[in-house]
Amino acid sequence: MNEQVCSQKKCRNLSRADFLGLAVPTFAAFWTMMAGYPIYRYLLPKPGEGEAQSKVGSVTLGAVGEVPAGTGKNFRFGSTPAIITHTEDGEFHAFKAICTHLGCTVQFREDTDQIWCACHGGCYDPTSGKNIAGPPPKPLEPLKVAVVDGKIVVSQG
Amino acid sequence: MTSESSRITGLRAWLETRLRLSEGLKLAEKKEVPIHKHSVWYYMGGIALMLLLVQFASGILLMVYYIPGIESAHACILKINSQVDFGWFFRSLHSWGANFLILVLFAHLFSCYFMKAYRKPREITWISGLLLLGISMAFGFTGYLLPWDDVSFFATKIGLDIASKMPVIGEHLASLLRGGDAIGQATLSRFFMIHVAALPVLLLALLGGHLLLVQVHGMSEPESFKKLETEKKSYEKFFPNFLLKDVLVWLLALNALAALVTLSPWGIGPEADPFGPAPLGIKPEWYFLAEFQFLKLVPAKLGPLEGELAGIAFMLLFALGLVAAPFYDKGDSKLKSRIATIYGVLLLLGMIIFTVWGAFS
Repeated sequence: MNEQVCSQKKCRNLSRADFLGLAVPTFAAFWTMMAGYPIYRYLLPKPGEGEAQSKVGSVTLGAVGEVPAGTGKNFRFGSTPAIITHTEDGEFHAFKAICTHLGCTVQFREDTDQIWCACHGGCYDPTSGKNIAGPPPKPLEPLKVAVVDGKIVVSQG
Repeated sequence: MTSESSRITGLRAWLETRLRLSEGLKLAEKKEVPIHKHSVWYYMGGIALMLLLVQFASGILLMVYYIPGIESAHACILKINSQVDFGWFFRSLHSWGANFLILVLFAHLFSCYFMKAYRKPREITWISGLLLLGISMAFGFTGYLLPWDDVSFFATKIGLDIASKMPVIGEHLASLLRGGDAIGQATLSRFFMIHVAALPVLLLALLGGHLLLVQVHGMSEPESFKKLETEKKSYEKFFPNFLLKDVLVWLLALNALAALVTLSPWGIGPEADPFGPAPLGIKPEWYFLAEFQFLKLVPAKLGPLEGELAGIAFMLLFALGLVAAPFYDKGDSKLKSRIATIYGVLLLLGMIIFTVWGAFS
């Protein structure tokens, strides 16, 4: 009834119950993996899904006058929210509007003259995008701004 | 009349043969509920069960009109709120009911904790209860996105970003939930599926086990009651005495909920704009407010760790004490019992203080 299983030095008896006790959970584990893998792959989004067709190199925002000095404006840069600020020195600055703390979309606050995140109160400098207060660990990701024929053009930094 | 009563007797006998109702009744009559000054907390589990039934019923009704699409979701809720007869009532019932349920679950959790109901042999009952609370909060999180308004959109964004900070699996898990790199249609579809199919199945399975264990082990007795001499201990029958009181409490709770729903119907914010800024005064549901407020206070860097990661790890570890409690405080050491109580008080106070702070900040 018992089979003898021998390794190099030791021999031991493996009963049918022992064998089944080992085989059934092993088989169950393999079966679970076999069934789980297609489900996992089914649920896994394709890399860059939803972003591929809306990736852009540059965006034309409109006339310079649409963003007066001392203000800011949120806009769509491909599939990413972005923000442009027009500082009092007359310069335009643009950044990806994704807060580096927990990913909320930031906005320009005219009363404090800062880029601000409503979620956890993080503040950024409107000129450099540097994190200056609150929990954000890094500056905002910059974008390039150029004025072409009186229109604001924002492109990848 | 005679033939009718004999027909009823016949039907009773027919059912008895097949369902063995008298055996179930005998079992129910055997169950006793201890009477002491903390007995009122025994009602919490029952109220939670009743509220859960309300959530199932109102949720099924909402699905009749709700379409989980980013172009349609917000409009559907507006329609339910303003055009469908009693739509506002069922939608409000679902939203208020969810909040009420979480509140009752916290009361159930902490009352069981302070009565040391987690001790042997109820460790698994306790842990299944914690998992049920986790599932209920997951219901809240996934359901919050479904109206697709601006607050729910950003609350989901923050929640998924927090999930993505978890070491090793975080980013992967967040991407699986989001269904891509950004919150969009895929996220809404996934959250809808999780909310109306995956979580209910999980909840029902786990709740079945939880309730079965409660029946197997009977009602837990607090230490002060256990110490009493046998003749000083008093009990009441679960069936029908306690159950009838339970039903009365359910009715009162249901009436309170209906009054709240009628006097203060649940509103809806403007439609989510994935490219617009986060709205002013954005806050999550109150049961995530403590974590929200705590994360606000954590600085960007804490030594070598990123602030939010350290904050999340700290909160997780602190809350994990609830899982560890039955294995630490087994009832054999007064010191350990006291430490467990202090931990519970600190956790409860921390949650209350940070929630109130978050609400008013």
